[in-house]
Amino acid sequence: MRNITSTIVVGAGTFIALLLAAFAQDSAFQIHMSIIALSLGIATIILLRRVGFTPAEPVDPTGYMDDPIRVGSILTMFWGIIGFTQGVVIASQLAWPEFMWEPWFSFGRMRPLHTSAVIFAFGGTALITTSMYVVQRTCRARLFGGGLAWFVMWGYQFFILMAATGYLLGITQSREYAEPEWYVDIWLTIVWVAYLVMFMGTLFKRKEPHIYVANWFYLAFIVTIAMLHIVNNLAWPVSFLGSKSYSLFAGVQDALTQWWYGHNAVGFFLTAGFLGMMYYFMPKQAQRPIYSYRLSIIHFWSLIFLYIWAGPHHLLYTALPDWAQTLGMAFSIMLWMPSWGGMINGLMTLSGAWDKMRTDPIIRMMVIAVAFYGMSTFEGPVMAIKAVNGLSHYTDWTIGHVHSGALGWVGMITFGALYYMVPRLWNRQGLYSMRMVNWHFWLATLGIVVYASVMWVSGITQGLMWREYDSQGFLVYSFAESVAAMKPYYILRMIGGLLYLIGGCIMAYNIWMTILGKTRNERPIPGSMPAKIQPAE
Amino acid sequence: MSDKREIDEITGTETTGHEWDGIKELNTPLPRWWLWTFYACIIWAVGYMIAMPAIPLINSFTPGILGYSSRASVDNDIVRAKEGQVEFFERISATELGEIIKDEELARFARAGGSAAFKLNCSQCHGSGAQGSLGYPNLNDDEWLWGGTVEEIFTTINHGVRYEADFDTRFSEMSAFGADDILTNEEIHSVAQYTAFLGGFEGGEKTTQGEELFLDNCSGCHAETGAGDIYLGAPALNNAIFQYAGSLETITAQIDTPQHGVMPAWSEKLDNVTVKQLAVYVHSLGGGQ
Repeated sequence: MRNITSTIVVGAGTFIALLLAAFAQDSAFQIHMSIIALSLGIATIILLRRVGFTPAEPVDPTGYMDDPIRVGSILTMFWGIIGFTQGVVIASQLAWPEFMWEPWFSFGRMRPLHTSAVIFAFGGTALITTSMYVVQRTCRARLFGGGLAWFVMWGYQFFILMAATGYLLGITQSREYAEPEWYVDIWLTIVWVAYLVMFMGTLFKRKEPHIYVANWFYLAFIVTIAMLHIVNNLAWPVSFLGSKSYSLFAGVQDALTQWWYGHNAVGFFLTAGFLGMMYYFMPKQAQRPIYSYRLSIIHFWSLIFLYIWAGPHHLLYTALPDWAQTLGMAFSIMLWMPSWGGMINGLMTLSGAWDKMRTDPIIRMMVIAVAFYGMSTFEGPVMAIKAVNGLSHYTDWTIGHVHSGALGWVGMITFGALYYMVPRLWNRQGLYSMRMVNWHFWLATLGIVVYASVMWVSGITQGLMWREYDSQGFLVYSFAESVAAMKPYYILRMIGGLLYLIGGCIMAYNIWMTILGKTRNERPIPGSMPAKIQPAE
Repeated sequence: MSDKREIDEITGTETTGHEWDGIKELNTPLPRWWLWTFYACIIWAVGYMIAMPAIPLINSFTPGILGYSSRASVDNDIVRAKEGQVEFFERISATELGEIIKDEELARFARAGGSAAFKLNCSQCHGSGAQGSLGYPNLNDDEWLWGGTVEEIFTTINHGVRYEADFDTRFSEMSAFGADDILTNEEIHSVAQYTAFLGGFEGGEKTTQGEELFLDNCSGCHAETGAGDIYLGAPALNNAIFQYAGSLETITAQIDTPQHGVMPAWSEKLDNVTVKQLAVYVHSLGGGQ
């Protein structure tokens, strides 16, 4: 009996979506539910064709459950390309505003599509995929819950589908990085609880006496995101058959809740989660022990404790009470060293293996990721200083900061992890091409450097233009003049993003050929040893 | 597993004895510089929280020994900024517009202030360079709908155009010659051709019928020569400056169903000195009379 339960569940979902579409109170909800019914219907047909009544092959309970990880690796790559392409598109829209097809593809709808595609689709799928890989291997235990891992993987993809189609239809809560409406939020909550159960269950049945540090970070990420997601999305729908809801919070409380969420989404999704990734794949690829166990404990707990307070630094010089602004700034400063603990542990793990920087482009990728992590976790506290924030806030500097974190840290460490995992997951001798990894490394690095430096220049220019007073005490520039001054930077930024996207496409091709089991006939990278990889279990 | 402790050959540091999937951990102590920098950040943060308002209480919060308040700080900045300008403000307030533009020092200040106020309030419609756009007059040329002396400009800004909430607003309205069936389509075409001829646009043609229709229907406001009348707010038609773009097509549309722009009375939002400065600035743009 194969695929029976999942077919019934997805089929029932199709039917429910159809009913919701039929009784919808507003046209956006109706269209959205129709799209969902259509995609679930297609999924039902695909599942139905794979239903079998022969007993499923017995699974080896000691073996690792790697099929969802294989699917997740391909999806991570897919969402990466989608997200980077989106970025190039909206960067072009800013440089050339005529490059819009309203209303569906206007900047206002495309921007959340880009941020969600990168953070939640690319980053989230990468985190779920690698956490499944890491937790099994560092616990020596098969994933808990049987088919639960499949539910988490596909349920999360279904969340992405609902969120993305909703944005294009104009369905939004208008909360940055939490744009999906109430019904999509409820679905994500269900998936996330399943994820927590799967992860905790695997930890409980581990055969190692201790829990590895990577798993602390993954667990902190899962637990905190659950809390942030639920609290920030507390809302009451206008109708249970409609797409609009109203937040339980109002005014400055609403703003603070939102940025408590927004900041810790950065802290626990894009920092803690990816530190978990770094703590496994970096020592594996370098084949060196972690630099300091004590540092990992101290920086883990101090990071977890301090991060959660720093949200108010997004609301400096606003209606937020002064005391909350002070706390936001003070905790951001204290957060500097705990963040750098991860960088030190990552970089110093290479001690004794520094020569690999020269010979192994995957290590180089991971090192540049950690370097960008260090750079942006220093830049963050600096930007949280009120005097600096007075200049940097609302400018492109913030955009540059986010991208040195997203492109530099999150992107690069994920690429490193994918290059490590894929040959092992498909039992290949090595990657299709190491030279392509090298190309990817240089294109991506150049892209980030162009992007970040251009945004520093444009951000500081904007900030200075907005506050420029003449000797008689009058404002010098109009807002539109500062917009016009940004045009060359916006074009350069698009070029930086394009380089990063090209690098991503090279990776997708390389990984795909690796999965197909091919090897490129190429000169080895000077000094490197021939690929020697232990196949996965 | 502590019995599995070993010395790492490369660093000479002992491991913790843990091992996961081949990953071991060194028992390296915390880097000193890291720890001391962390302590320094904490000490600084505590000091900052003592100095500034920081800890929420039941009905208030600790004010901090510096007694800082962002509201008071902004108020203070505004007071100081105003103090630097108060002398000029008082002089502008007390001086007639005609005198301001003759006083070089005062005029320079008024132009700077007007320019800043223009960027904030006017550039959205009239453009950052006051070049105007379709339906919004260019303020750099010497073509004025309501008069180009500094006093007339002041009145226009102060009371707005077709702004019904202001009793003294500038007001003019052209009949909808097509929509209200005053002229037939053929007659509109003919008079549009004549108007295009006056402005010197492509497709313009001086026909007897067009000229007669113009004299009968349009010259009352726009004058027989098409020179317009600033007292009636009737734009000149005998030059190439057309607010709704000059072409046979747009002129025909404007005669058929005229569009009328609205400008708010800025006295509602801005103080008298700022409006005066705006008038001086706009007057200085090149076309002031």
